[in-house]
Amino acid sequence: MLFTEVKHLVRKEIMLELRMKYALNGILLYVISTVFVCYLSFRSVIQPTTWNSLFWIIMLFASINAVAKSFMQESRGRQLYMHTLASPQAIILSKIIYNVLLMISLSLICFLFYSLFIGNLVQDIPMFILCLILGSAGFSSVLTLMSAIASRTNGNLTLMAILSFPVQVPLLMTLIKVSKNAIDGLDPSISYKYLIILLMINVVVATLSYILFPYLCRD
Amino acid sequence: MQKFFNLQLAFGLEWWKFLAIALVLYALIGGLLIDVPALPILHETIRNLYYHVTQWFGMMIILFVSLWHSIRYLSNFKMHHDFVAAEAANVGIYMGILGIVTGSVWAKFTWGAWWVSDAKLNGAAITLLIYFAYLILRNSMDEEQKRARVAAVYNIFAFTMLIIFLMVLPRLTDSLHPGNGGNPGFGGYDLDNTMKLIFYPAVIGWTLLGVWLLQVCLRIRTLNHKMLIKQFK
Repeated sequence: MLFTEVKHLVRKEIMLELRMKYALNGILLYVISTVFVCYLSFRSVIQPTTWNSLFWIIMLFASINAVAKSFMQESRGRQLYMHTLASPQAIILSKIIYNVLLMISLSLICFLFYSLFIGNLVQDIPMFILCLILGSAGFSSVLTLMSAIASRTNGNLTLMAILSFPVQVPLLMTLIKVSKNAIDGLDPSISYKYLIILLMINVVVATLSYILFPYLCRD
Repeated sequence: MQKFFNLQLAFGLEWWKFLAIALVLYALIGGLLIDVPALPILHETIRNLYYHVTQWFGMMIILFVSLWHSIRYLSNFKMHHDFVAAEAANVGIYMGILGIVTGSVWAKFTWGAWWVSDAKLNGAAITLLIYFAYLILRNSMDEEQKRARVAAVYNIFAFTMLIIFLMVLPRLTDSLHPGNGGNPGFGGYDLDNTMKLIFYPAVIGWTLLGVWLLQVCLRIRTLNHKMLIKQFK
């Protein structure tokens, strides 16, 4: 029951996104122009540490802009209509899954353009991509819940940033550490511990969203 | 239970408030006077165990009270629970700031810097930021019921993050902080019985002081709320 609901809702999100092209293209343009601005100001980055931090800072801001709209952009009427059709658990799970998919594709595109303009220093690319996937999943599951919370407060974007930045910082720190290992091409066994931390944060946040979201939507 | 706590003494204070004053004074004065074991690197700074660690213990307990009342609010929607959760978070943040300041002073004398980039320290700072965000979130909403509900949800999230940042992450990564990354924690100092004699009373004292603060703040909030309702009658 929940599974079919989630499946249909995710399909609905993807179809909506594809129909309203401006949102998806807008966030793509945002990422590409940020990378280009970095390219213009840095030219090329030789130091792995700077390369890494710059990349993740771009990802951080892109993720906030991409995911923030998931609840804020929806009109009150449509939200109420959704609640008559599906259970709140299905709604939050579908939003998280959709945002994870969106962020993973966004981060891959960002990585592509970043290495095109600024140069690719990564030695262990599969590890780096695994890192991107886990990171995008973490960012989007945290931000989906925060977007739901912020949308209850007249939906302002500043509040969204205040609520989610502190939660994202440890995620970001762990990601920077693992991806630095991947850039230096260290043995994957060193990174397993951090990957487990990332996975753990993802699972905890997703579970909390699943449990707490129903309380947010009673009105 | 209510009758038990109404046992009044002189000055109109309940007995446990005297206990709080006595225990905190005992910890403050005794902590400076009583001999401590001479350990390398730590030397006399080990006395900070009586202040920094006990304040954070108190903070954890008070923030747990906040969490508990947030959960209670979500199960029965009584405004009283929201008030307790909000004020407990205030008191918890206050004790957290005390703890972070004493910790910083200790770091200056032990490590030579007010702040070092360390998993435990950064986790503590982030936890405080999350709780500041909780306060801002509360102030951003006018409607009482909605504020209570949204704040309760964020509070549960905040406490879970606190557990992750203070208990789990520092143990998984390297940390300079005592008790993590192979450094002796207070379990190691615990071998010394004189330290136990001050440490545990100090924890109880700070917690009781926190509860007292919570009670006063809660009274003010409840009275304000009652006055607000009276205006519209």
